[in-house]
Amino acid sequence: MPEERLLSAYRKMLLIRLMEERIGALFTEGAIAGTCHLCIGQEAVAVGVAEALELGDEVVSCHRGHGHLLAMGGEPARLLGELMGRQIGYCRGRGGSQHLSAPGIGLLGTNGITGGGIPIATGAALSAHLLRTGAAIVCFFGDGATNQGVFHESLNMAALWSLPVLYVCENNRYAMSEPVCRTVAGGDILARPRAYGISAECVDGMDVEAVEAAARRALAPLRAGKGPAFIEAATYRFCGHSKSDKLLYRTREEEAKWRERDPLTLTRLKLEKAGWKETLPWIEEEVRRQIAEAEEACRRSPLTPPETALQGVYADA
Amino acid sequence: MPEMYFSDAIRAALDEALTRDASVVLMGEDIGPYGGAFGITRGLHEKYGPERIIETPISENGFVGVAVGAAMTGLRPVVEIMFMDFILLAADQIINHAAKLHYIYDGQVKVPLVIRAPAGAGRGYGASHSQNLENVFLSVAGLKIVCPATPADAKGLLAAAIRDPNPVLFIEPKALYGARGEVPEGDYTVPLGVARLAREGKDLSIITYGACVPLALAAAGELSEGGLEADVLDLRTLKPMDLTALEATVAKTGRCIVLEEGPLTGGIGAEVSARIGERCFRALKAGVQRVAAQDTPIPSATPLEHAVLPSVAALLAAADRLFE
Ligand SMILES: Cc1ncc(C[n+]2csc(CCOP(=O)(O)OP(=O)(O)O)c2C)c(N)n1
Ligand SMILES: [Mg+2]
Repeated sequence: MPEERLLSAYRKMLLIRLMEERIGALFTEGAIAGTCHLCIGQEAVAVGVAEALELGDEVVSCHRGHGHLLAMGGEPARLLGELMGRQIGYCRGRGGSQHLSAPGIGLLGTNGITGGGIPIATGAALSAHLLRTGAAIVCFFGDGATNQGVFHESLNMAALWSLPVLYVCENNRYAMSEPVCRTVAGGDILARPRAYGISAECVDGMDVEAVEAAARRALAPLRAGKGPAFIEAATYRFCGHSKSDKLLYRTREEEAKWRERDPLTLTRLKLEKAGWKETLPWIEEEVRRQIAEAEEACRRSPLTPPETALQGVYADA
Repeated sequence: MPEMYFSDAIRAALDEALTRDASVVLMGEDIGPYGGAFGITRGLHEKYGPERIIETPISENGFVGVAVGAAMTGLRPVVEIMFMDFILLAADQIINHAAKLHYIYDGQVKVPLVIRAPAGAGRGYGASHSQNLENVFLSVAGLKIVCPATPADAKGLLAAAIRDPNPVLFIEPKALYGARGEVPEGDYTVPLGVARLAREGKDLSIITYGACVPLALAAAGELSEGGLEADVLDLRTLKPMDLTALEATVAKTGRCIVLEEGPLTGGIGAEVSARIGERCFRALKAGVQRVAAQDTPIPSATPLEHAVLPSVAALLAAADRLFE
């Protein structure tokens, strides 16, 4: 990545990190209801892939989707608004964390059903293919989702029909409390797409440049009509599965080992070496200001009126 | 009798079944050391080990189907679906297989399977984590559907469901996990198919189940202050339904409201009111009223969610209509 791009990727990752921390705090305060799955530690996957996308490409996300949204250029105020039930929210609070959509920036939707987005992304790729839009579709999901039947069914169809879909499995080692070694037979997720003839590669998901490069490698043949591709991004969520998670199923040593590879630290070190040390605090200040302003804009936005809940069950012709 | 949380009563039933019957196994996601998303199986993995407490990958259609096969061949699986919404991934195995096999194989196999499903809204979890889907399963011949409203029933009905030789969908209202009540110790069962009168009155009947029972009791309290005494009938088993109890309460009061947390259209209330219309027409002094969720997906934001869920106010309005 050229240095300016790396700098902007760093800024995006920092925005995701600090937004997720703020969302976690708002949840603890009770300002956000329900549940939310934060992506702290996994920022480089979202940002690295988004850096390789072109205008018109589309993303289908999963339950852990705030980072995907922000990496696609989502507005922090509208994300917060969605979590806090405000008019400004991407879906005015109807969807919430796991069910939001921002098609204007290429995010078809997050999804509360594990694996539920995988056939939907495959269908978006069918549209792109048949309508000759030239778009590439990216589908984000976790290691746990690869155990759903629909994962296998979708990959099979995508390969049969040479669909332009890039599957990105964020392997963060766990599905809730269940480690990959107890859920994925054989232990090798890449063997699964390969069984369907899909070219697949594992990448260091803590290194935003490596993720971007892998995404570009995968997307080039896909855009040329060569069919689907698969990336397994090795990563780790530094936080709990959701806010109630006490993290009893993994060790503090393991966490510390992964924290040494914090994607933000790795990128910061690279930028410092390249002579950007002075700039970094400015970026952080700017991102913090951006988040504070977003929160203000969100709180200024009125709560979505309850009576609207009854509208829009059916689409108008 | 000791007081217990609803959630602990469910765990007690599981624990006793695991002790009493070596063929009982639990299956589900994160039900091992983690204890399940709602902590229901906490401690059971330590006590019974991984051969009895079988943690599964996220493969609902697969592991429910595996449970069906195991139930046909000597085990008594109790499957946990983390949120009832996810049961739809396993709908094929439940509807096309588990519920039908005893009948279509002419009684040569049995499927003693329990599917536990935490259900219900009110927590801001959004559209895919808040549904009551019992109405979707109500028409499935061969399936029993149970939903307790008190800790004692949670224990007794689950114990009975596990001993039943048929597939039983056991719905756990998430909103009640933290409710407390007296629970009989030791081996305690409540028969399936028998409703319970949760409150006695003579002027109207509120027929309901699960998390709506407390709502009905709250409304009955308010109605009582206005001089109207309500029967509150807790169905407990939705299928097969206790028609005798339905008839008895309607014969007594002649006015009734059917209350549920799931959607109005095609809901449990549709079935109940049709049965009442068929069997108690002459006793009715007013049309049967239904109070249910609005026919929308469940929105996430709390004010929106409340706007689509049934409420005491909606019950009181329905009671007014009964006496118009
Ligand atoms: C069909 C379905 N089953 C179970 C769940 C509950 N659930 C939500 S996220 C999750 C773990 C998913 O693990 P993974 O795919 O690895 O993603 P991660 O959470 O690690 O990002 C589970 C079990 C769900 N939402 N949908
Ligand atoms: Mg995972």
